[in-house]
Amino acid sequence: MTELTVPLRLYVNGERYDIRVEPRRTLADALREDCGLTGTHLGCEHGVCGACTVLLDGQPIRACLMFAVQAEDASVRTVEGLAPDDETLHPVQQAFWENHGLQCGFCTPGFLTLIAGHLEAQPDASEEELRDVLSSNLCRCTGYQNIIKATLCAQRVLQGEEDDRL
Amino acid sequence: MKPSPFEYVCPDTLAGALDALAQDPDYSKVLAGGQSLVPMMNFRLARPERIVDINKIPDLDGFEVQGDRLRIGARTRHLSVQYTDQPGPLGNLLREAASHVGHLPIRTRGTFGGSIAHCDAASEWCLVSTLLDAEMTAQSTARGTRVIPAADFFQAIFTTALEPDEILTSVSLPILDDNWVAGIAEFARRAGDFGIVTATAAVQVVDDTITEARVCIGGVSEVPFRSAAAESALRGATWSPDAVTAAAEAAAEEVDPPSDAHGDAAYRRDLVRALLPRALGQAQKQAHEQVRKTEAG
Repeated sequence: MTELTVPLRLYVNGERYDIRVEPRRTLADALREDCGLTGTHLGCEHGVCGACTVLLDGQPIRACLMFAVQAEDASVRTVEGLAPDDETLHPVQQAFWENHGLQCGFCTPGFLTLIAGHLEAQPDASEEELRDVLSSNLCRCTGYQNIIKATLCAQRVLQGEEDDRL
Repeated sequence: MKPSPFEYVCPDTLAGALDALAQDPDYSKVLAGGQSLVPMMNFRLARPERIVDINKIPDLDGFEVQGDRLRIGARTRHLSVQYTDQPGPLGNLLREAASHVGHLPIRTRGTFGGSIAHCDAASEWCLVSTLLDAEMTAQSTARGTRVIPAADFFQAIFTTALEPDEILTSVSLPILDDNWVAGIAEFARRAGDFGIVTATAAVQVVDDTITEARVCIGGVSEVPFRSAAAESALRGATWSPDAVTAAAEAAAEEVDPPSDAHGDAAYRRDLVRALLPRALGQAQKQAHEQVRKTEAG
């Protein structure tokens, strides 16, 4: 059969990307290869490791298990879209820094998007619930304890910001 | 680790999707959440030539009460099931079962009907459907609408009664009245993994006597296994720890589990023995909560 690329409009981190892809291009590959956003990592490519987790309309998804053409017109947020500017880290990133929530860093973008997305949707999630959410992704360095610490710390910071606004 | 080329169609009506599927059913695949299909395509275990994406079709998701049954749209995401506000024992069972389905980023995309059409031996939704005698509604251009009972639907691992040109559009489950309680207990080595054995049960209790019982076990056969022995051990018995132990023993005797890298047959029998009481214990806890609520209210 003939293999044709199709035009595709993606909205990633608030910016519009007009690219051409084969329908078989996964969202993860399109972000990395066609949009040049290599912060999204690919580990297992079958939905187990979570390194490629991005937010699709605010919800965490595996970017390796979705075709880029399916994300047309949706709002995609990657790890590049977490920090508000070049000088300031997102509270989840800051908490990872302060709590040694990473070592080699390969899994980190997936954890950051997963946690940032979940804390936005469920700011008052219990520790038990957060631990369950963290079980979504694999980290082979940290043993998870510092990731849990960082997540709880980020939650407190984000809740504080919420209180300040009130 | 990349899928082979395919033609992609994304119709915005069900009729359009059925037409696209009917053109070449044996070489086409329906794409809903993609949480099982896409990994298989990435590994090239599946190489469909045409992908019919049903994500743009309206009215394929959500919940609708129809008399004494709850109709669940096939494309309803696992996460929507986890957050359903369906009251009573059926709602409790659906929410609890959903919490065992993969992980959060899988539940945001994966679908209730997709899991049922895929028919993995470890699928929670295949188990719940078999437990409650669900009815699957399938549509095609050639055959129109068919309703298939769960007992006929699940045939073997990855094999259902669906024809290649059919799309599963909804699944209906009986709404259990307040005399019922239901529970599910799963054992997996890590949270979110496929369950090695999963037990689910629903019992109707009137004045401490079990008047009706349904028991279904996953992970012991190619498709979910209704344990007639456990059901008859429970039926007519007084709702007590002894009745639960007897039912678990009967189920463990009755199953004929496979041996594989995840556990041999004897281990799986032990899991049945351990998990059925947990599923029933969860059910009993619900019953107590109901009594407390009634007394408080």
